[in-house]
Amino acid sequence: MAQIFAYITHKDGVADDSALELVAAAKKIDAGAAATAIVTGSGATLDTVCNDMAASFGEVWKVDNDALAYPNAEVIRKMLVALLPADALVLLPHDTFGMDLGPGLAIKLESAFGADVVDIEGLDGTTLKLVRQEFGGVVSTHVDCDCGAGAVLNIRPGAVAADESKAAGGQVVDKSGDAGDLSAGRKFLEIVAAETGDVDITKEDVLVSIGRGIEDEENIEIAQELADAMGAVVSCSRPIVDAKWLEKSRQVGTSGQTVKPKVYIAAGISGSFQHMGGLKGNPFIVAINKNPKAPIFQLADVGIEVDILDFLPELTEAIEEL
Amino acid sequence: MEILVCVKRVPDASENEIELNSAGNDIDRDDLVYSVNEWDNYAVEEAIQIVDKEGGSVTVVTVGDEEAEEVLRREMAMGANNGLLLDDEAFEDSDGKGIAAALAAAVQKGNYDLILTGAQADDGAGQVGGMLAAMLDMPYASLVNKIDIGSGKLTVGREIEGGNQEMNEIDTPCVLSIQTGINEPRYVGIRGIRKVASVDIPTMGASDLGLDAGTVGAAGAKAKRLDYFVPDLGEGAQMLEGSTEEIIEKLIELLKANGGLK
Amino acid sequence: METALIGPAKAFFLFIPTWFISLIIPIAGIVIFTYIMATRLAPLVKAAPDMRMNRYPERILKVLKIWLAQWRQPRYRTAGILHILIFFGFLALSIRSISLVIIGLYDGFVFPGLDGTVGHIYNVVKDVMATVVFVTVIVAAYRRGIQRPARYAVPEKYGHDHTGEAVFVLAVIATLMVSESLFEATLVAAQASQGMPAEFITPLTLPWLFKVFLWNTSIEHLQTLHLLSFYVHDVTFFFFLCFLPMGKHFHVITSLFNVFFMRLDQGTVKPVRHGVTDEQLDDLESFGVKKLEDFTWKHLLDFYSCADCGRCSDQCPANAVGRPLSPRFISIKGRDLIFKNYPWYPVGSMFKESEPLIGSIYEEDEIWSCTTCGACEQECPLGIEYIDKMVDLRRGMVDEGMVPQSLQKPLRALEKRGNPWGKMEKKRTDWALKDKEFKADCEVQILEKGALADTLYFVDSISSYDDRMQGIAQATAKVLTAAGIDFGILGKAEKDSGHEAKRFGEEMLFQDLRDQNIDAIANSGVKKIVTADPHALNALKNDYTDVPPVEHISQVVARAVTSGRLTLKPVEGNGKTYTYHDPCYLGRHNQLYEDPRQVLDAIPGLDRVEMLKSRDRSFCCGGGGLMLFYEPEEETRMGVLRVEMAAAAGANVIVTACPFCLVNMEDAIKVAGMEGKMEAIELAELVAMHIQ
Repeated sequence: MAQIFAYITHKDGVADDSALELVAAAKKIDAGAAATAIVTGSGATLDTVCNDMAASFGEVWKVDNDALAYPNAEVIRKMLVALLPADALVLLPHDTFGMDLGPGLAIKLESAFGADVVDIEGLDGTTLKLVRQEFGGVVSTHVDCDCGAGAVLNIRPGAVAADESKAAGGQVVDKSGDAGDLSAGRKFLEIVAAETGDVDITKEDVLVSIGRGIEDEENIEIAQELADAMGAVVSCSRPIVDAKWLEKSRQVGTSGQTVKPKVYIAAGISGSFQHMGGLKGNPFIVAINKNPKAPIFQLADVGIEVDILDFLPELTEAIEEL
Repeated sequence: MEILVCVKRVPDASENEIELNSAGNDIDRDDLVYSVNEWDNYAVEEAIQIVDKEGGSVTVVTVGDEEAEEVLRREMAMGANNGLLLDDEAFEDSDGKGIAAALAAAVQKGNYDLILTGAQADDGAGQVGGMLAAMLDMPYASLVNKIDIGSGKLTVGREIEGGNQEMNEIDTPCVLSIQTGINEPRYVGIRGIRKVASVDIPTMGASDLGLDAGTVGAAGAKAKRLDYFVPDLGEGAQMLEGSTEEIIEKLIELLKANGGLK
Repeated sequence: METALIGPAKAFFLFIPTWFISLIIPIAGIVIFTYIMATRLAPLVKAAPDMRMNRYPERILKVLKIWLAQWRQPRYRTAGILHILIFFGFLALSIRSISLVIIGLYDGFVFPGLDGTVGHIYNVVKDVMATVVFVTVIVAAYRRGIQRPARYAVPEKYGHDHTGEAVFVLAVIATLMVSESLFEATLVAAQASQGMPAEFITPLTLPWLFKVFLWNTSIEHLQTLHLLSFYVHDVTFFFFLCFLPMGKHFHVITSLFNVFFMRLDQGTVKPVRHGVTDEQLDDLESFGVKKLEDFTWKHLLDFYSCADCGRCSDQCPANAVGRPLSPRFISIKGRDLIFKNYPWYPVGSMFKESEPLIGSIYEEDEIWSCTTCGACEQECPLGIEYIDKMVDLRRGMVDEGMVPQSLQKPLRALEKRGNPWGKMEKKRTDWALKDKEFKADCEVQILEKGALADTLYFVDSISSYDDRMQGIAQATAKVLTAAGIDFGILGKAEKDSGHEAKRFGEEMLFQDLRDQNIDAIANSGVKKIVTADPHALNALKNDYTDVPPVEHISQVVARAVTSGRLTLKPVEGNGKTYTYHDPCYLGRHNQLYEDPRQVLDAIPGLDRVEMLKSRDRSFCCGGGGLMLFYEPEEETRMGVLRVEMAAAAGANVIVTACPFCLVNMEDAIKVAGMEGKMEAIELAELVAMHIQ
């Protein structure tokens, strides 16, 4: 059984949520495995993360180097190639960092690559049984991945439930000396922050989307409060933009944004196909509408026949009390 | 600047209802329409815009059969100067690594300053760009949504979480995978496609590329797709009924189960 | 004849015989005018070809009606009447002005035939007309300069105000009238004071007033005034002639030609290039209008002819909702560009290099904003065309890839799937086959595998695929069945009619769709076609060739109720007041105004009112087909304005006969917050509800 590694992304001394999901993913490969976390960076916050991770991993490999202060995938790939043993099974989160790192790492390690894995059904000899999605989640596929020479698996964030047991009691091992040459043809410059107030609904996991049923500009506040309570963002259908109640960047539909949330609350939206055309990725749709004949009820997973103006504030209150 | 853009022919998600076939082991391909992968289209537009400013030429390449030629023509109608089709039985059933190997061999046959791919495809895994770069030992950046041309170096923006942009300086030659939204791809009309209908598109096979057939295709694939299946979607809306309190309770449960509440 | 005053042909000025001046002025005037006209003609020669040298009887009729009889002028009453007065004044006085020029050379010249009684009558007419023109000009100047109707305002983005030019020209016209009258009045006054026979002057006319005023003036002063007024008139006349081609008054010269060459057919779109067949299109280097000279010569003549009256933009729905389009400025900007690129005072090279029009004088959004409703063309008193220009400019943009992302998707879907939503072909018949309740009620035959019918119901995309509009398809099928018509549909062999693809400039896509439909229709063996979609109707009728005759469902129903084959039961629901909204492609483009109204009136007890803007002045709902996908910048929606018009007419039900109108109206009712107060329904749906 090859050794399982998980690369931990972290920020300001806190590991990303994906870290504990990778613990769970490792257990799906081998229930008895004590996976090794690799934590790289520089400075005091690195130790905080390493110590936190020790609770969940059998071992934590720490690599402290100023060149690793920002996770530049090109640099980290070189470091991992120098550091990892042959046949390693490497788990990464399939986020913008993992997408940057994973494919190239698999080539350099001469191992297999599993992209955007949503589930691991187990290991059969040297064959990993993976589940992936295609066409925006409309169809899923079973993939056999030959990990005889190791594998890099990018696990979709949120797809595997995190392992919160924190009972591994691992050790932090300083591997800074084995990092090798950390030069690369790509240099990180800076982060340009998104303009404040400029919400990108296409990147949100949860949308509280409003339509005509909101009736008045002042009522948008009701939807905003629910979104705030849920950690979601408010999007809308075309009439709301036409009425200039919300900016165009918030409109979902064929003539607006194409969004791929996990959960979509369609509040007071009738569900014209122009609107639904902007909704991809098979989200969990909650339709709230006072009109029982609204087509949205045919398209949604869950429907509630009620006036949103009455219902949303109560829902907000209930969520806030959680 | 000599630019190579790797493109792919895919079933167009916006014009198809992807369903399983009756055997349940593949998607129903009878009624599918295909087009160029949306992300690749942005990459080609970006390449054309760079060449318009900096000079040079754009070559589009794809791995596929004769039918894949249509996407090369579409991108040539858009403004790409050359097309290159990598077609060989040996390439069939390649995984991402096999495709990247074929493309890498094609890159080495030419002399390119910049290689672009789409960041991902609806039926893909967003892996070929990174693999290609690693095989070629070129620097790589994924999810690129901005390119500024400097001398010998590029400044590229990567789209990262939260709508933020990560700026990098990258040496050329390099491989970049392009994110949608980097530009507004131009329209390609039927007339444009007809104009390039008779342009000769060279084809290269595994032996032309100096590839060992065992490294590509099914033989070289370490990841094998076994089937297609539809995850349980449920039938229509489940109507929540009862008192408002009961409805809210049920709804919160459902939201939690589906990732709407943490 | 002995006269009391020396005429301009015989007088001396500083020892120069004045006939010499009378000769120099016309020669100089005509030379300059000819030169200016040559520079104005140059771009027309370089422009794209156009097929207008045909169908002379129809063209002459247009000239008689629209030019000579000023048919469209009274549509704007005040301005129209003022124009008619000036127009006929000009016609009457042109003879006098020319004879005056000759009088400068031959004393006492009269045109053959204008002597004797005819001459006296003409003198009365011209005196009256000169006075009428003079008064009209003052009223017009008051309107333009002081009253300033909003129609004439020039928004900042379109350049400077044109009031100065307008008032200046009115002053020039007034000068012509005054100087001509004074020339005549001085002679009459002098003759009378010398006791010599004088020409009769109609009382209360301008010359009569001058005569009264000059009654006691000395003969020397009269002599001076006589010659002075002659040369003021002479110089002003030639100045005016040369000034006309400098601006909006060019229409005084070009209008006759512009009306003669105006488009004769409605609902059509010009070919990509006249004289190039569909098969030869692939050989064209470039498509559509990209630079000035890509317009046809008639379209450049349109630019010259625009009188800046603002009626087109006043009727334009895009302009009304604040979209960045005003047809008037399509013309004015075009004209200004010709003047700039082909200046009459060349500096450097004679003709300037043409730049791309889009991005310089026109903007992409401006050109995409047009719904091709045709209200502008219906209104233009000069026969200026806009739809073909819009389509030509769009063809140019499509060829350059300049298509907004919002339109690229539906265009690609049309290419791949034959409908703008990208729905699967096999689902085109879902409205007929998948709705069990409907299917039990009404059997719709699919014309494939040898199934035959007399009539084809051409459904088109929106009624086939849109959940709501499928109701129209079902209603149409029920109505056809009730009227005893043997009909069928093409099923998945039917493609989008391509009507909008053509009008959005994607000609080759249109031709692909058209060819597939023509084949499918031919294979079906039908003898007649009926459709409920006016866009499909227009495509089949005016864009397609070699298809059986096409009718709109309203025509079929109108005939059926007239013949008694179909009787409708009394109107359902009381207290409702209906109004009929004319769809652009049924009304203006195909002149079907009466049949739908006849159908409505065949429902006993139906209370119907007309909106202020109806029939050929109907106000577009917002546009059909691809316009549903386009995201224009606008302050409000056309549909909202239209719904408000219906409410103002006292109606609470809008009946339309087009699925796109229905989409827009139903949307507008919600946007305007008029749910419960206003409803929209399609004609076939209404009829289906009332089948006995």
